[in-house]
Amino acid sequence: MTMTPASDTVQMLDIETVRAQFPALHQQVHGKPLVSLDNAATTHKPERVIESVSRYYREDNANVHRGLHELSRRATDLYEQARAEVACFVNAPTPASCVFTSGVTDSMNLIANTLGRSILKPGDRVLLTEMEHHSNIVPWQMIAEQMGAEVIAAPVTDDGELDMAAFESMLDERVRIVSCVHTSNALGTINPVVRIVELAHEAGAKVAIDAAQASAHAPIDVQAINCDFLAISGHKAFGPTGIGAVYIRPEIAETLPPYRGGGEMIASVSFKGTTYAEAPMRFEAGTPNIAGAIGLAEALRFIKSLPADAIHAHEQALVEHGTRVLSEIEGLRLIGTAPNKAPVFSFMLENAHPYDVGPVLDHHGVAVRTGHHCTQPLMERFGVPGTVRASCALYSTTAELDTLADAVRAARDLFS
Amino acid sequence: MPIIPSIDEITETFEFLGDWEERFAYLIDLGKKLPPMDERDIVDANRVLGCQASVWMKIDLDESTTPTRLLMNAMSDAHIVNGLIAILLSLYAGKPVDQLGSVDPDGVLKTLELEDHLSPTRRNGLHAMISRIRAMTGNLS
Repeated sequence: MTMTPASDTVQMLDIETVRAQFPALHQQVHGKPLVSLDNAATTHKPERVIESVSRYYREDNANVHRGLHELSRRATDLYEQARAEVACFVNAPTPASCVFTSGVTDSMNLIANTLGRSILKPGDRVLLTEMEHHSNIVPWQMIAEQMGAEVIAAPVTDDGELDMAAFESMLDERVRIVSCVHTSNALGTINPVVRIVELAHEAGAKVAIDAAQASAHAPIDVQAINCDFLAISGHKAFGPTGIGAVYIRPEIAETLPPYRGGGEMIASVSFKGTTYAEAPMRFEAGTPNIAGAIGLAEALRFIKSLPADAIHAHEQALVEHGTRVLSEIEGLRLIGTAPNKAPVFSFMLENAHPYDVGPVLDHHGVAVRTGHHCTQPLMERFGVPGTVRASCALYSTTAELDTLADAVRAARDLFS
Repeated sequence: MPIIPSIDEITETFEFLGDWEERFAYLIDLGKKLPPMDERDIVDANRVLGCQASVWMKIDLDESTTPTRLLMNAMSDAHIVNGLIAILLSLYAGKPVDQLGSVDPDGVLKTLELEDHLSPTRRNGLHAMISRIRAMTGNLS
């Protein structure tokens, strides 16, 4: 059981029971218990996700959509059930509005190349933010260059929030597309996506949301957000690598050109001309990552098995605890202190490059990430070469954050 | 001449030091012994890419002596990288170019058991430096 009986108060997560489901958490590194605080890079997988992938390969392995035999039918059912699971998780209107991709980077490239190609004209603008991950910058730069459009970025405040006043002032009639991150991988900032979408739509722009970091922390409702596109990640939400999904508003999907060409995405092919399938198949060329889709669905079912408010309460406790214990360390500067944030802690030590701190933490058993976190414009905005980033998942504990703080102090003392 | 110890002394000290913390402290110490680089050499042309830290390296051939020797200095903004640079300096700086072909930096790092501390990205930065040295001295050694 992972929940206490319902009462007036918020249900609590039974952390030990949750952690017991994740085999990778229970190991030692350099002779110390692993303290896994690099979850924004990738999350660990519960046994049920690992088992679902293994079982597919052991029992149901076949190509999907094409065969008439029993295993092919089972594989296709599993794959399409996975699509339905994704649709349910993000509250999409239909399963068909959810397209499987190889991850959020792939999804953002898909969006840029389909939406961008179909609506951008010379002189148009794509409005991003300074906190975007490279996967939500570079695809837009590439398509903008091809279409004669321009990419601009709304600034971020000193505490790591999107400057909404500046964002609004940049939304003029030239902006055809707005794309922004739901939850920042570098800062933890959770953006006011509902308001962003409202403002963008008022200005006549379409909106794509990068939700790579979001689904591991909070439920997503594409209809409540009212976005036109939303991309989720498999491996950042306890699922396998190499899989993701993008929600595309149905009325828009039918207007989009195909992206990758090949099998599955066609209606008919001849050397005189080829016609294309409807969405979602239109955007799923080739044999998909069937095992990945099945694993992703199982991961989403895992997340749903825990009460959302219990996850939220636990993660807020992690945010508070982590912020406190790290702020107490002399010589440490926290970067990203938005009031509404996920449990991600980026920081600098005054006498050590992040590249120095990482290996020391590693030897204490603490896994973090150092560097620019694929957000070079953001690092430049804060005037840092990179940061040390500790990022939690729902199986992280306050005790782990204490171990992190001790290790950071040890690093600080080693370099002083 | 830099006051960095010889590679034999470095190797001996590493073997003597038991745990990773002492070795890191020694590496950081070595890094502090790097001679300062001339400000005019800390420019983009001397940037070595491939490392998370910023690294600048200036290498030259000193043809005023016989045999020709390699002049080398480098620095970074990270302590551990400076320590690794010190090891490279100890292997290469001031050495006759015709002997450099037999220098085995990977072997040395392995002997020092520093491989474990070198992630692929860190190894990239180090190898970028070694490649530059080899490119300059390769047809002379």
